[in-house]
Amino acid sequence: MTVPFRKEMKVAMPFDAEAVRGQFPILSRTVYGKPLVYLDSGASAQKPSIVLDTMLDFTQTEYANVHRGVHFLSAAATDRYEAARRTVQKFLHAAREDEIVFTKGGTEAINLVAYSWLMPIIRPGDEIVLSVMEHHSNIVPWHFLRERCGAVLRWVDVADDGSLDMGALDGAIGPKTRLVAITHMSNVLGTVTPLNEIVARAHAKGVPVLADGCQGAVHEIVDVQALDIDFYAITGHKLYGPTGIGALYAKRAHLKAMRPFNGGGEMIREVTKDRITYADPPARFEAGTPPIVQAVGLAVALDWLMGLDRAAVAAHEHALLTHAREKVRQFNWLKVIGDAPGKGAILSFEADDMHAHDLATILDREGVAVRAGHHCAQVLMERFGVASTTRASFALYNTRAEVEALVAGLARAREVLHG
Amino acid sequence: MDNALRELYQEVILDHSRHPRHYGAMPAPSHKAEGYNPLCGDRVSVYLKLDADGRVADIAFEGKGCAISQASASMMASLLKGRSREEADKLLEGFLHLVRGEEAAGLTDDDRETLEVMGGISEFPMRVKCATLAWHTFRNAVEEGKNAVEEGTT
Repeated sequence: MTVPFRKEMKVAMPFDAEAVRGQFPILSRTVYGKPLVYLDSGASAQKPSIVLDTMLDFTQTEYANVHRGVHFLSAAATDRYEAARRTVQKFLHAAREDEIVFTKGGTEAINLVAYSWLMPIIRPGDEIVLSVMEHHSNIVPWHFLRERCGAVLRWVDVADDGSLDMGALDGAIGPKTRLVAITHMSNVLGTVTPLNEIVARAHAKGVPVLADGCQGAVHEIVDVQALDIDFYAITGHKLYGPTGIGALYAKRAHLKAMRPFNGGGEMIREVTKDRITYADPPARFEAGTPPIVQAVGLAVALDWLMGLDRAAVAAHEHALLTHAREKVRQFNWLKVIGDAPGKGAILSFEADDMHAHDLATILDREGVAVRAGHHCAQVLMERFGVASTTRASFALYNTRAEVEALVAGLARAREVLHG
Repeated sequence: MDNALRELYQEVILDHSRHPRHYGAMPAPSHKAEGYNPLCGDRVSVYLKLDADGRVADIAFEGKGCAISQASASMMASLLKGRSREEADKLLEGFLHLVRGEEAAGLTDDDRETLEVMGGISEFPMRVKCATLAWHTFRNAVEEGKNAVEEGTT
């Protein structure tokens, strides 16, 4: 039976995770003879068939290098690649398509800002403000500027519940601040930062803001124009797309001022024996053959995601988190790290006398995939006085039954390790 | 529970991890080294008193880590105390083979019997580094740890 589509139906219908699961072939596999319970989407999300099928189909029917040949396939592939850029533009609500630079991921996007925008203008003693809950990808590039250019890193603490300390942020932004680099959503705590407020306070002091949106863009609707943010980095593989592709949104004025750090084909206008002129952005920052198939895959993933009722998706993920949070209260040996209001669907915890790797190994044998370790956030581990945590991260395809499997697995781990 | 898991977390291992032997910093060691597993952030320090001929007169370790790494360090310390340099090398080599599920030809029957409980780790390749951390640190302490003591660093 076909039901004619009516807009109000889409709003009224709850998000159907079970139906969506069917689009992810890997989720129906077993591990160690048990159904896979994949709670590690914060590290990398699984991909729906439409992404995988389209990448294969594109490669088999339209593939060639982009921006080079005059032949049919090159034109077709270039169209798809540039259409993918427009899809990212739409996803981030950017004003212009040439404000989107394709990168190999979130890490490269942030490094691009560090090398191409900030490095040429920073002076010894200039400051970069960042929070203690940053992923290493939003710490190490700034450490490079500390090491190589004499920049000073100013750290903003989080409260015990994982909320960003906005007072401390205000205090940290001073006359020498050149950039505020902050996560949109912590990959450990799940804390969602108030980007609009952060941008307002930084801009009031004339300071640009970069957001690491690798987690945030998955769970929140991002409007870079409404935020008035200067830089926003995303990665494809957490957005249900392929690895090897990400993007940097940067305001046009910043891009035009930026010096390229990768040199090669595609990013130049003219090369002679003693001089070069660069192509306009974004090509200026996309030296070499780009990840063409991956860009096409990312666009499909974003279109697919935008085709869902994202408010309903967010409500579903939030319900999973709330259920898990309630369920683990029964374990008096388990301490959740990160309880900020409005946080995203990530549950990190430590357990008395039970190391994260032991917990994760036992959960794994129950089919439950979680992340254990420092999550590339060692500054945050230090803030909470732990060497590592166990992290369950929920995606739109997870179900309430999978939360139950996690909880049962935790009880089992306690039994194994404590008898 | 599945058998591999039961074998990994058997009572001997849990006992060593809960009540590690030779645990704690050693005053005035002749050699020391610190080991670090960047995957999980675990650290272990190994302290030695080596005789003039290289015999392990005393050994201690301290650190925080998972049950596997703590148990392995504890068993290592218990086994190595009193061993000659040559015996220690053989034990180390045999252990590294054993946790990878390979033939550990160099082990004596007694050592093989003691270490057999660690053999289950070979079913968990992602965890082998947990088991070997202290042993590699011991080797670093023997080979380079004299300088670490003299320089007051690890």
